[in-house]
Amino acid sequence: MSVPAAAREPFLALTSRYVTMPRVDVDTDQIIPARFLKATRRDGLAEGLFADWRCDAEGAQRPDFVLNRAQAEGAQILVAGHNFGCGSSREHAPWALLANGIRAVVSTGIADIFRNNALKNGLLPLVVSAEFHAELLDRGSDVLHIDLVEQTVALEDGPRATFEVEAFARHCLLNGIDEMDFLLQQEPAIAAYETGAR
Amino acid sequence: MVASETEATPAILWVDLHLIHEVTTPQAFDVLRQRELAVRRPDLTVATMDHSTPTTPPRADGRYLFDDEQARTQTEKLRDNCREFGIELHDLGSPTQGIVHVIGPELGLTQPGQVIVCGDSHTSTHGAFGAMAFGIGTSEVGHVLATQCLLQRRPKTMAIRVDGTLADGVTAKDLILAVIARIGVGGASGHLIEYCGSAIRSLSMEERMTVCNMSIEAGARAGMIGPDDVTFEYLADRPRSPKGDAWDAAVRRWRELSTDEQAVHDAEVVIDAGSLEPMITYGTNPGMAIPLGSPIPSDHELSTSERAALKYMGLQPGDRVLGKPVDVVFLGSCTNSRLSDLRAAAALLRGQKVAPGVRMLVVPGSQAVKRAAESEGLDRVFRDAGAEWREAGCSMCLGMNGDRLEAGQYAVSTSNRNFEGRQGKGGRTLLASPLTAAASAVRGRVADARELMSLGHDAVSS
Ligand code: SF4
Repeated sequence: MSVPAAAREPFLALTSRYVTMPRVDVDTDQIIPARFLKATRRDGLAEGLFADWRCDAEGAQRPDFVLNRAQAEGAQILVAGHNFGCGSSREHAPWALLANGIRAVVSTGIADIFRNNALKNGLLPLVVSAEFHAELLDRGSDVLHIDLVEQTVALEDGPRATFEVEAFARHCLLNGIDEMDFLLQQEPAIAAYETGAR
Repeated sequence: MVASETEATPAILWVDLHLIHEVTTPQAFDVLRQRELAVRRPDLTVATMDHSTPTTPPRADGRYLFDDEQARTQTEKLRDNCREFGIELHDLGSPTQGIVHVIGPELGLTQPGQVIVCGDSHTSTHGAFGAMAFGIGTSEVGHVLATQCLLQRRPKTMAIRVDGTLADGVTAKDLILAVIARIGVGGASGHLIEYCGSAIRSLSMEERMTVCNMSIEAGARAGMIGPDDVTFEYLADRPRSPKGDAWDAAVRRWRELSTDEQAVHDAEVVIDAGSLEPMITYGTNPGMAIPLGSPIPSDHELSTSERAALKYMGLQPGDRVLGKPVDVVFLGSCTNSRLSDLRAAAALLRGQKVAPGVRMLVVPGSQAVKRAAESEGLDRVFRDAGAEWREAGCSMCLGMNGDRLEAGQYAVSTSNRNFEGRQGKGGRTLLASPLTAAASAVRGRVADARELMSLGHDAVSS
């Protein structure tokens, strides 16, 4: 494989406090409601994140919502329930998470399109074993170390797990490669297919 | 396929048809401009406006009443982008405008064996034609615009075999809701679903689209039905299907794509069509569905997340959804807004009235569906019953255009998602078939269409 030059910050490892959202099947309509999708830019989506869970009908912050709690300050990892990111294909969901400083989502299952979109934006979707996930939820919040080179995720005092990530997406994250660059470099093969196929 | 997948790299898939709409593309076009890239194959790219567009007709001066300026800007951006990059646009006001997943098939753009993508999760709809069709994000929209290619790993496969015959009053919508209730909203995650069996074969093309449309609601990457004579008959003489000798050659090619009964799948689900009932959802995802007459599961059967969903819905464990008063009935969306859906609902509404206090919104999936319905007088049936007859678009399926529920309202909706706030902040969605929707509009409560059908059988069969 020919390697395009780095287009963005490589993602090698991340150490951060995590917060939890144990609810299962959190859909992308919750991550960012449709009314925020009228924007035609990818920045400026921060306030859309979980807008209807984060704020009440009057627009005031709900103090009990996880991202409004003090412990969420500076947390870059969200430990989420099974099948996180299901539903709509809106890439605004990872954009809004990133705009709020979230750089990794850890779950026992992450929906396909969300995972794809996340990986393309340097947001790491990470699937761990049910045991390790339960440990994270039990603790509620703690510091987690994610190592994308070793494909391990570890709590400071010991418990650790491995995770799988699609090889090419990992390669792109580690080297800061934008998949668009890779595809553009495939031009000879694409052109050959195109002339042969049509 | 341009290149097969290896351990290190996904396959490079050539995209035969790229459908685009106003919501998930502006950022992708911006990337093209930043990088000074052209759209590689504008001739394989087709655009429409559907999500943010008003479903009320334009004013006398031709201006449309958008929900807000942002919505208007979004549609203008798409128009500008299509002009700049030379892409065919089925613009607001054009006779071919409509929901992207309704117009693709209707125009004959969707064809068996194609790879079809769109920045929209319900792209699975096109799998009804034996196309490999899936939703992508905006970054990938950019990839396809620039290279006409997409990086993809081969999905696992799941067979959903449905044999037998659906009972009267049980529709394709009920079938797919029953499938999702059975396997769950993440049940087909990572899989491509192939629907097979005699009950699937006997579905019309429009019914097959309803089924494949909701594959994503089970988490599937795509849903597919092998093409057969039903498919070819639908596609014959569509504006964009092959003509003459090219048509004959195409059909010969397409016949080879028919379902392989011997194929081995990673997972298999078997459903007896005869055992299915009309379905309705009670929670905040499409998997939380029950037969219309059944109670909501009792408290000890519910998970914490499901209890939270019931609380949002204002429903109790053990309650029946049947008989619940409704505020709004929405007939529309890429799941159920085609002519056969409107006919089914109109048959129940003919000579009836929408119950006092209930708002019924009928939104055809495309301008072509709207015209066809009007030529049969269906618009009169809906209007006479007291329903609103609208222009084509996504409308209250996701409430981006101003057609929205108010907080606390209950809607029986023929759309595909009952997520919290999907149809308007605080709104409560009960997903069901067009028959159940129409019956509920008449009764003002969640109702079983079969009761109305047996009362006024003449009206239904006429
Ligand atoms: S009708 Fe609903 S589900 Fe279909 S494309 Fe429009 S918003 Fe999406």
